[in-house]
Amino acid sequence: MAHAIRVENLVKTFKGGVTALDGVSFDVEEGTIYGLLGPNGAGKTTVVRILTTTLEPDSGHGYVLGLDVASHATAVRPLFGLAGQFAAVDENLTGRENLTMVGRLNHLPFSIVTARSTELLEQFQLADAGDRTLKTYSGGMRRRLDVAASLVARPKVLFLDEPTTGLDPQSRIDLWSVIEGLVEAGTTVLLTTQYLEEADRLAERVAVVDHGKVISEGTPTELKANLGATVLEVGLHDEATAHLAASALAPVGIHPPSVFGSLVEVPVDGGPRTAMEALRILDQAGIEPVSFTLREPSLDDVFLALTGRQTAEDPAGEPTTTPTGRRAGRAK
Amino acid sequence: MSAVAPSAVVGSRLRWTVLDAITVTKRNLLAYVRIPEALFFSTVQPVMFVLLFRYVFGGAIHAPGVSYVNYLIPGIFAQTVAFGAISTSIGLAEDLHKGLIERFRALPMARSAVLAGRTTADLCRNVLVVAIITGVGYAVGFRVETGPLQFLAGAGILLLFAYALSWGFAVIGLSAPNSETAQVMSFPVLLPLTFASSAFVPPSSMPSWLQGFATHQPLSVVVNAARGLMVGRLPHALPTGTYAWEAVAWCLGIVVVLVPLAVRRYRRAG
Repeated sequence: MAHAIRVENLVKTFKGGVTALDGVSFDVEEGTIYGLLGPNGAGKTTVVRILTTTLEPDSGHGYVLGLDVASHATAVRPLFGLAGQFAAVDENLTGRENLTMVGRLNHLPFSIVTARSTELLEQFQLADAGDRTLKTYSGGMRRRLDVAASLVARPKVLFLDEPTTGLDPQSRIDLWSVIEGLVEAGTTVLLTTQYLEEADRLAERVAVVDHGKVISEGTPTELKANLGATVLEVGLHDEATAHLAASALAPVGIHPPSVFGSLVEVPVDGGPRTAMEALRILDQAGIEPVSFTLREPSLDDVFLALTGRQTAEDPAGEPTTTPTGRRAGRAK
Repeated sequence: MSAVAPSAVVGSRLRWTVLDAITVTKRNLLAYVRIPEALFFSTVQPVMFVLLFRYVFGGAIHAPGVSYVNYLIPGIFAQTVAFGAISTSIGLAEDLHKGLIERFRALPMARSAVLAGRTTADLCRNVLVVAIITGVGYAVGFRVETGPLQFLAGAGILLLFAYALSWGFAVIGLSAPNSETAQVMSFPVLLPLTFASSAFVPPSSMPSWLQGFATHQPLSVVVNAARGLMVGRLPHALPTGTYAWEAVAWCLGIVVVLVPLAVRRYRRAG
């Protein structure tokens, strides 16, 4: 079987007429990590919920290891593991008790569950904390335990719904290595994320999702090729100067610059050399920048390149952020 | 699917339905052990009710043919287990909103296990609460005037009622937007059920438009059965045996209607 997961034209509209999915299709090859990249409210979690049998689509089909998830829910459930957006673990239980519970509910015998729990606690660096209740765990530890719990039954397919959202950078990097280790062992992973950096690091292929539609699909390299390797960000005194700077800087960019208030962003291909050229241009034009930064492209930049607009804010009104939060709440 | 006889498949399914419910029950009971404060304070309220009705209101309430404390304690049992059913709705609402139920639903476990595990754990807690109230009751003058077996039969009916009620509150818990609301949503059901009943005062003292409801509603039937079985001499209209069968019928009826309703909500909640 070449495809561990197939998604065909999924449509889901919630009560109140909110269209969560508007015809989503993609395939995930066995033994690879596939990234669903998009802002809050794009429909990523809805795809995961349908594939993990907790939500029925209005139309379309999802297949896990060749089985239709809607008509074969009972047969599909033993085949996958799920770690959700919120660490779905019981905080009154110890780490070991949580793993044992999930193992038993996966219908594994006690002897296997006991050995497997010890093994997972060690693998996830929770051996010392295994017999403490989760109330004493940090956010990163809870999330690791959540992922560990999804692996108790050694599933062939793993769904990770924003596994690193809200984690500090070190915990995020730790979790990334764990996920990479799983795929080396042959697991297929469907990963949803808001972070381009994460999709780039982990996924072999990525679908960019927006408003319930796949707006771009390919390898992270292909995605970034549309985008430029870096973004030059120049802050000016005011908006008028920003527009002047934008037209002056247009020749160094691989895409037209964008202006956000007094900030100019230019997708560029080179590194310091381009920066030097940009500074020379600004100097010649008599424009003095307030700030001048070269940075990695973010999800916002992908969206800007693909749709010509910023990521949609989620319905709860939470601003879309990148891992370091550097783009939080930027002016529209 | 491997070639297994259909009866073996059904047998194994039944076995896992029970084992899954036990796994979830254990998990819920562990939470009670880990937060003993919650258990302690959930027994404080019924003890306060005993003292309130025994010493504050009791003097003004006349129950013909029986001492008020003997009239009261079976009523307190019923009120306590009914109020205890709120914890079923709060517990499920919490699991739902913490995302635990989403995880459970994606597991190959029985669809009924989360609910059966919750209601069974709450039943275990109710056994403890009934034992505590019995002790407190004895301290304030309550006496079993029938026999230990009749007392246990009465307690059994009360616990069966509590278990049936738990399924109703499971439906509320799975319908509530959060656990605070689950609690608030429970009171409009609970207050008329416990106070417009024969639990604290004889319905004959109520206005005539209320008497019909207060006499025939299930909690009154259950209280009358338990009271008859525990203290014997009674101001009731019907023989204790009639109340007992009626009470059991009510409980089974509630379970038969509410279990499928709760499981349906569980499949769709969230």
